[in-house]
Amino acid sequence: MIEKDAFGFFVVIALMTIVVYLTRITGYWLIGRFVIGPRLRRMLDALPGAIIAATVAPSLVQGGPRAILALAATLTVMIVIRKDFAAVVAGAAVAAAAFAYGL
Amino acid sequence: MTTPQPSSEHARWTLAAFRHGAADVLPFVPGLAAFSMAYGTLAARKGMTLFETLLMSATVFSGVVQMVVLDGWPEVLTAGAIVGILALTALINARYLMIGATLRPLLGGEPVHKVYPTLFFLVEPSWLMTLRYHSNGGRDPAYLLGGGVTMYAVWVTTAIPGYIAGAAVGNPQQFGIDLMVPAFFVAMMVPLWRGVRRSWGLIVGALAAVLTEYLIGGFWYLIVGAVAGCIAGVFNDD
Repeated sequence: MIEKDAFGFFVVIALMTIVVYLTRITGYWLIGRFVIGPRLRRMLDALPGAIIAATVAPSLVQGGPRAILALAATLTVMIVIRKDFAAVVAGAAVAAAAFAYGL
Repeated sequence: MTTPQPSSEHARWTLAAFRHGAADVLPFVPGLAAFSMAYGTLAARKGMTLFETLLMSATVFSGVVQMVVLDGWPEVLTAGAIVGILALTALINARYLMIGATLRPLLGGEPVHKVYPTLFFLVEPSWLMTLRYHSNGGRDPAYLLGGGVTMYAVWVTTAIPGYIAGAAVGNPQQFGIDLMVPAFFVAMMVPLWRGVRRSWGLIVGALAAVLTEYLIGGFWYLIVGAVAGCIAGVFNDD
């Protein structure tokens, strides 16, 4: 998909670079001119968690029992030992085992 | 720049502070490297060349954005799809508006030609360490730059082994590689969880995204989940 439209890919990368850089500098630039109230601050605080949680949705909806088992394993390991790398490896291992069992 | 800091006797933009900042972000390196490898693996599976993979890391330099956009890359790159990608990019990185705002006390009196390049390298680990450094009395912005440049170097280079591994694996499902990215996001949710009454954004974002994916599909789950979660965040207790 991406290879077929290399030019479009580079255009999108360039535009994304600009957008990301603007988010990095705009808060710094604006703060002297504009006050962020408690309501807006709570919304911005909630944004990373909402995005991260939303990202998992397609795997849960389309991945079936294999994905649900694997992600539950990741969640469990992460809650217990709080090591993200170990949690991801555990999830991948459960997914591989579920695949071997035909899930 | 409207409120210049009183000039201080402390030296600014020193190599020593740059090194200090670089050393203090080292505990974040394994996690970042693992994340970048997952990105490289995803890029290989999506058919990107190694050059394109590293170019995206070196220019965009935002892990979640790169991952999410690649994962949902449209079949046909229409103008509408590009607008959607850019809206998503802005939304995901909107948290940098807050992060950047908190740097005003450190960078406010510094020259523009040093501040704005430094902000290109702004990432969460270097920002977190800089908050601590500043509250301990540190005033040299090179500390922030040192941490950011270190994270940048790790982010760009560690995509290479991930890319090679991703290109080598035949069926990603056999080794669970297809679920590594979602697993990363699940793992990242755990430290963000602050009890039900302070996590409405996370809860509503997840439910809205699942529902949207189930009913509509496409790119929409993320935009709907992020916006719904962001609005629900108003109800979080402080």
